[in-house]
Amino acid sequence: MGQAIATPPAVEKSVFDIKNLNLWYGKNLALKDIDFTIYNNEITAIIGPSGCGKSTFIKTLNLMIQNIPGVRMSGEINYEHTNLLNDRVDLVDLRKKVGMVFQKANPFPKSIYENVAYGPKIHGVKKKGKLDEIVERSLRDVFLWDEVKDRLNTSALGLSGGQQQRLCIARAIATKPDVILMDEPTSALDPISTIKIEELALELKKNYSIVMVTHNMQQAARVSDRTAFFLMGELIEYDQTSKIFSAPSDKRTEDYVTGRFG
Amino acid sequence: MNSKVADRIATTIFYLIAATIVTVLVGLLGYILFHGFSKLNIDFLTSPSSSFRAGGGIGNQLFNSFYILFLTMVFTVPLGLGGGIYMAEYARPGRLTNAIRTCIEVLASLPSIVIGMFGLLMFVNLTGWGYSILGGALALTVFNLPVMVRVCEDALRTVARDQKEASLALGITHWHTIKTVLLPAAFPSILTGAILASGRVFGEAAALLFTAGLTTPTLDFSNWNPFDSTSPLNIFRPAETLAVHIWAVNTQGLIPDVREVADGSSAVLIISVLLFNLLARWIGSVVHKKITASK
Repeated sequence: MGQAIATPPAVEKSVFDIKNLNLWYGKNLALKDIDFTIYNNEITAIIGPSGCGKSTFIKTLNLMIQNIPGVRMSGEINYEHTNLLNDRVDLVDLRKKVGMVFQKANPFPKSIYENVAYGPKIHGVKKKGKLDEIVERSLRDVFLWDEVKDRLNTSALGLSGGQQQRLCIARAIATKPDVILMDEPTSALDPISTIKIEELALELKKNYSIVMVTHNMQQAARVSDRTAFFLMGELIEYDQTSKIFSAPSDKRTEDYVTGRFG
Repeated sequence: MNSKVADRIATTIFYLIAATIVTVLVGLLGYILFHGFSKLNIDFLTSPSSSFRAGGGIGNQLFNSFYILFLTMVFTVPLGLGGGIYMAEYARPGRLTNAIRTCIEVLASLPSIVIGMFGLLMFVNLTGWGYSILGGALALTVFNLPVMVRVCEDALRTVARDQKEASLALGITHWHTIKTVLLPAAFPSILTGAILASGRVFGEAAALLFTAGLTTPTLDFSNWNPFDSTSPLNIFRPAETLAVHIWAVNTQGLIPDVREVADGSSAVLIISVLLFNLLARWIGSVVHKKITASK
């Protein structure tokens, strides 16, 4: 810092480029014609009432949605110049790059260390020293290291809910992803743990791109750079967060963010 | 009649039904143990049975029962695990899966005497082995397999979905997820189920009548060469198990102390099955604690 080098004009780099995405559960059209661009090193919040398709949408980004029987998709989900829907995608590679954190903290019933080391281990990191380093770095990145460094070998299930969720984030970043998907990561947490996760997300966006589904509009307003509003499977509005919450262009967005429904 | 009275009557009826069941069970167990317990001593448990004179034991039968059980589990556990993994993780809902499921259910409800007759055809006559431990163990495998498949499938299905999702979302392949997340988490229930199934196998008689046979050759317990005909380990020798022995002495026994031998054998059988059940619970809870221990 301090040097007077003119910052180059911000070139907004996108990580995901989604075009005309349709998704059916059996005969039900759950996502309609979604066009969506997700930008690098930003937090993109996805809001909307229950059943609007926001969780479905986030699960298309790492193709976890394909685990649900009867799902069909059309359109394009471009990630790093690859259309996930057309090209034969290596799910292992994709999910290494696009990590995910779930609504309910879901650590494995293993030790704290094993939870974080699990991904890297299976993706080929064998050396103990290297694993130790990854575990420490990941736990430091989620501000959990100081709390657990003395009990790395105890069960992860002994941690509090908030700690477990941070552990899950550590587990996700241990495989060095580019993108972290967060599906309502704080909906099961108390306010203090929620704040911690939010601060963590703000910290993490320096190195990762984050897509966060949230029920909580204040949360979207507090942490995200851009916000997308989904309603009944449609992307109603997508813009800078400040704009969505102060001057939305769609009446339905305004009604939702001002609490008139949802 | 108002609803409070009806509620009280219903409660009383359910208590009565529960009490009846407990009385029957406790009475049965108590009767067998009371009559058999006095017969139990080291000599009875270890000496070979006698054909004509009184005072024979059940040493060989006890050994045969455990040996056949062991072999059965060696066959059943891997097969059952494979089938369970297939049914829980790979089988897609559809006609084929339904057909397989129906087959498993039919197999599970086959009367064991039918399995015995099938065993006689397959493992005794067709193979030309005659009555043998191996034939008995294979018949019991047929008998036990559907139970094991069901146990493994259920155990895998009850592993929390989010554990599996967590693993898949890390880019771990399906097989690796099964191996490193699902199986360890399902292990306590699989183990418990396997031990309970062992109890069922241990007490089975009908499937063994025509496969492992009603006789045991003279065994030399110092001969551990499994290919020798007097070795207890020889899998091609006939072997009367404890449950079969109870049936045999009661229907065709020539010994004067039929009643005592039958009582004693029944007590041993019941105690063994009880032990299997207690063991299953104990090991299940220990392993469960070990895996999920919070401290």
